[in-house]
Amino acid sequence: MTTPNLVYERPEAFTDAPTHYCPGCTHGVAHRLVAEVLDEMKVTDRTIGVAPVGCAVFAYNYFDTDFVEAPHGRAPAMATGIKRVLPDRVVFTYQGDGDLASIGMGEIVHAAARGENLTVIFINNANYGMTGGQMAPTTLPGMKTTSSPNGRDVETQGYPIKVSEMLSTLDGVGYCVRRSLHDPKNIRLAKKAIRMAFETQVRGLGFSMVELLSTCPTNWGMTPVNSLKFVEEHMIPAYPLGDYKVSDAIKQIKI
Amino acid sequence: MPKELWKGNEAIAEAAVRAGLEAYFGYPITPQTEILEYLSRRLPELGRAFVQAESELGAINMVYGAACTGVRVMSSSSSPGVSLMMEGLSYIAGTEVPAVLVNVMRGGPGLGNIAPAQGDYYQAVRGGGHGDYPRIVLAPASVQEAIDLMVLSFDLAEKYRMITMMILDGSVGQMMEPAEMPAMQEIRRKDFKWATNGAMNRERRILSSIYINPPDEEITNLRLLSRWKEVQNNEVRYKEYFLDDAEIIVVGFGTAGRVALSAVREARAQGIKVGLFRPITVSPFPFEALDQLTGQARAFLVTEMNTGQMLDDVQLAVRGRVPVEFYGRTGGVVPFPDEILNEIQRINTAPIAADSDPRNAWLMRMTAPHSSPLPEGEGAKR
Repeated sequence: MTTPNLVYERPEAFTDAPTHYCPGCTHGVAHRLVAEVLDEMKVTDRTIGVAPVGCAVFAYNYFDTDFVEAPHGRAPAMATGIKRVLPDRVVFTYQGDGDLASIGMGEIVHAAARGENLTVIFINNANYGMTGGQMAPTTLPGMKTTSSPNGRDVETQGYPIKVSEMLSTLDGVGYCVRRSLHDPKNIRLAKKAIRMAFETQVRGLGFSMVELLSTCPTNWGMTPVNSLKFVEEHMIPAYPLGDYKVSDAIKQIKI
Repeated sequence: MPKELWKGNEAIAEAAVRAGLEAYFGYPITPQTEILEYLSRRLPELGRAFVQAESELGAINMVYGAACTGVRVMSSSSSPGVSLMMEGLSYIAGTEVPAVLVNVMRGGPGLGNIAPAQGDYYQAVRGGGHGDYPRIVLAPASVQEAIDLMVLSFDLAEKYRMITMMILDGSVGQMMEPAEMPAMQEIRRKDFKWATNGAMNRERRILSSIYINPPDEEITNLRLLSRWKEVQNNEVRYKEYFLDDAEIIVVGFGTAGRVALSAVREARAQGIKVGLFRPITVSPFPFEALDQLTGQARAFLVTEMNTGQMLDDVQLAVRGRVPVEFYGRTGGVVPFPDEILNEIQRINTAPIAADSDPRNAWLMRMTAPHSSPLPEGEGAKR
């Protein structure tokens, strides 16, 4: 008789709802990593999530925690309001690049500058997914989208914004790193970073953010496998992976 | 409590603290900045939350977040800043969470100026943000009334899970008057069945304004309207002055109503049968009370510090049965009692056609070369 070997289990911080994400999209991976970290830290019961406007607008259907749904870009402001009146709760936002780096740039910069004890999961897939693949602030130079049909022309449409590099200049930031979700090794590194970000928050060490390079096969017009290759070959060179800010207190944390 | 000399804006801030305000999020803008400044000192000393936000957008969304946890929370601003908050107000309304907002109105549109005005009546009362939603709007005319209505605002917002907005013009915000503060309420966090404050062994909760399935949104909008009907039935407030035998009824809210009271007193001294009706809830508007007064009135005179916004609501109540006249000053100009007295005297002696458009008639008088209250020659130029 062989003992059954459990290889997959839904994290407890997940509901039973199947996600609405497109096949091959890495939102599901990012969600799962967050849920696993909440399980490991045993904080699900006191966590309040803030969903964005964008593909992850229904994130609240998948996490088994209290959740609110913010106006486009305003998640860090809503999260600030929650955390300031409930400082012992764990508060995180989950935001895409249109939400965070375009319309919500003011809110994210100032939440970071104030050193709000929040965790931000920032999904960078170089386009506006939910509205059908328009150019985002993170769209690569020359990349074709439905609103840059000839490829992003930096002369008229400007340059990509490197959010992690930018926010890491702020003194209120305790932890700010960029990871990628294009292969198992990087997914494991991403999970560790998400854990460190939440550890930063529960220890009151300031603002924490993990930027996750992600795929959008539907709007990129690629197969899921080619999308992963695109992240590796084109996204990572433009958005180097790395630890942009890890404050000394956080470096001491051993998990 | 004994009366003390209070500045309007600071009185509002202290009244909110005593009503159990747990968090304030705001952004500086004249003529309401004293509210923010006062609370920046007062709330931290009580261990409560204060954040000077990066913008009015940031401020109202911090309010939205805190409101979702069920605590008493507010922001304050002035006209251009309140315009920026309209996105948040619509979301707060759609999510059905209680929140309080104070608008110390100034001259507009655009950047306008920092003088007292009432040009945001439509924005406050009719909506301002997108979508179908009701909101409670209170209009104090003195520092004491602002204090009392500030406390009431939190009770109403919580009771009906609805935005309660207090609109006052810059003069009430800036003036000093003797006023009595309410007693300090203890903070007692209520166990609201909807609040997203961390599941802690209960079923988890979601707060959002999304109803992706249109029939669900329709049901939500009808629920909001049903709740609004309750507000209309229970919360209408107004003040009446010298109305018993009044044949001419002046209607004004806030400072315009207060200035009109001086004119009404003077007209009474001259033997004119005139009274004042001052709405305190401009939303819900006291339609029924005005409807009843229409039976005894020969004419109404609406006075506002705008180009005739509440005028529409008075006309809806009067429904053409007797003439409604209008007198306004706008752009940050406050009327003198004499100007309103002149209007009362004119209405008392001259025949008025019930079918004339009061706003047009007023505009003609304002811009006529000889009768205009505008500076010499200015009327004709405009």
